[in-house]
This record gives sequence, C-alpha cells and structure tokens, in this order.
Amino acid sequence: MNNSNNKSFEKELKVKSSTDHLELIRRFTRSCALDYGFNEEIIDKIILAVDEACTNVIKHAYKFSPEGDIVINIKALNNKFTISITDYGKDFDPSLVPDPDIKKYYQQHKIGGLGIYLMKKLMDEVNYNSTSKKNQVVLVKYLAN
Amino acid sequence: MAEFNVATREDSLVNVIDLKGYLDAHTAPELENVFTRLIDEKKYKVVVNLEQLNYISSAGLGVFMAYIEPMRNNEGDIKFTNLSPKVYNIFDLLGFPLLYEFYKDEKEAILKFNQKSAD
Repeated sequence: MNNSNNKSFEKELKVKSSTDHLELIRRFTRSCALDYGFNEEIIDKIILAVDEACTNVIKHAYKFSPEGDIVINIKALNNKFTISITDYGKDFDPSLVPDPDIKKYYQQHKIGGLGIYLMKKLMDEVNYNSTSKKNQVVLVKYLAN
Repeated sequence: MAEFNVATREDSLVNVIDLKGYLDAHTAPELENVFTRLIDEKKYKVVVNLEQLNYISSAGLGVFMAYIEPMRNNEGDIKFTNLSPKVYNIFDLLGFPLLYEFYKDEKEAILKFNQKSAD
C-alpha cells in the first residue's frame, strides 16, 4: 500500500426492505467511508445519499413490503468509492422524475422526487441500470487528492 | 433502532416541537402524527426546535412540506430554529429558505409569532 488514503476493499450488506434497517445501512456506509479515508463532511453526504437510495427502493420498488431484498455493495478502488444498491422489485425510471421546485411543490401539494435530487447533489455520479430481474442504483464519490 | 424523539410544549400560545436524533423514513410517521394532532387541536403556530436533531433525510423534510399549508391557511406557520450547520445545509439544498423562516434562537421565532398577532 503506497498511500493510506488509497485503500482498496469490497464489502456487502444484505437487508430486507424495511425502514427498520435504515439505521444499519447508515452504520455500514459510515464504517466503509471512514475506513476509506473520507472526512466527516463527505461521509455525511454519502450516508444521506445511500439512505435516500434505499428509501426509494423500499417505497417504489417494493411498495413498503418488508419481504424484498436490498443488497448494498461498497467497492473502494484507488480514488473511487462506489456504492451499488440492488433490488429485485418493480423497476423505476428516475430520469422521468423532474428536479423539485419547492415553490411548485407548495402550490401543487406534491411531495416526492426530493431523494433523487439530493442524491445528485450529494454524490459525484448517480447511475441507474434495470434488467428484467433487478434494478441497480450506483453512487460514486471520488477521493480528492 | 435509530434514536428519535419528538416532544411538544407550549410557550406564549406557540407550539414548540422538539426533535431529537435521527429523522428518516422510519421515524417520520411519528412527526406526522404530531402535526395531525396539532391540526386536530386547532394549533397552527408551530416552532420546530432542531437543536438536538442529528440527521434528516428527505422523508423528514417531506413532512414539513405536507403540513405547511394547513398551518398558513389558519394564520399559523411552521418556523425552524436552532439548526446545526449540517442539518441546515440539507434544508438549504432543497430550497427551504425560500418558503420557510429560520431563526438561530427559539425565542426569536416565538416573538415573531406574537408580534404578528399583536398587529
């Protein structure tokens, strides 16, 4: 290892699709991000983005049914920290969700889309892949030199 | 279990909600229940003190968006106080300061309500 900030590892957490497990998901994310060498400010951003992604899975892919599986895979390689969140529920196209406009929300009494917007703001990259069997959200944060 | 607590108290006819811990999709329903109860009791002037709130996700922010209109339609409001910079940053990312009032101190927010009713 030539640099303590360039740890490479891969870790995985599998949980059922219940909001009960959000705390465990946040703790798992924190411990990986801390190991990797991010500062507290970045760690907080990553934790929130992962929480939002998993909350969306629970809400949209599994419609609050607690029997679905969520797999959170965290891979650290060189300066790239990648979190892949996989579910086997209903597919969902986040590109169809417009960015929220809080004034419009107020007028239209509409709540939603906030999580996707936050993920985009908090992470360096947010990508989605869906196949017939599974959906995956991939969140990326780079470690600044 | 994520630590979260919501408590209410009254100060000069203003209802103060104290939030503590982690407000996420799991704990947000507890806050919704409090807002529903306040509306049932016709209590529309609300100050939310976030001094002890460590964490908020969009599920928590959505609760404040869902209940602002009934409060304002009845000469009330939801005002926020005592936010840590970390929690304020999340409100700010979503544009909350465009629609809601934020105060450093709970007393300022209560005073603001009382000035308005004295007008």
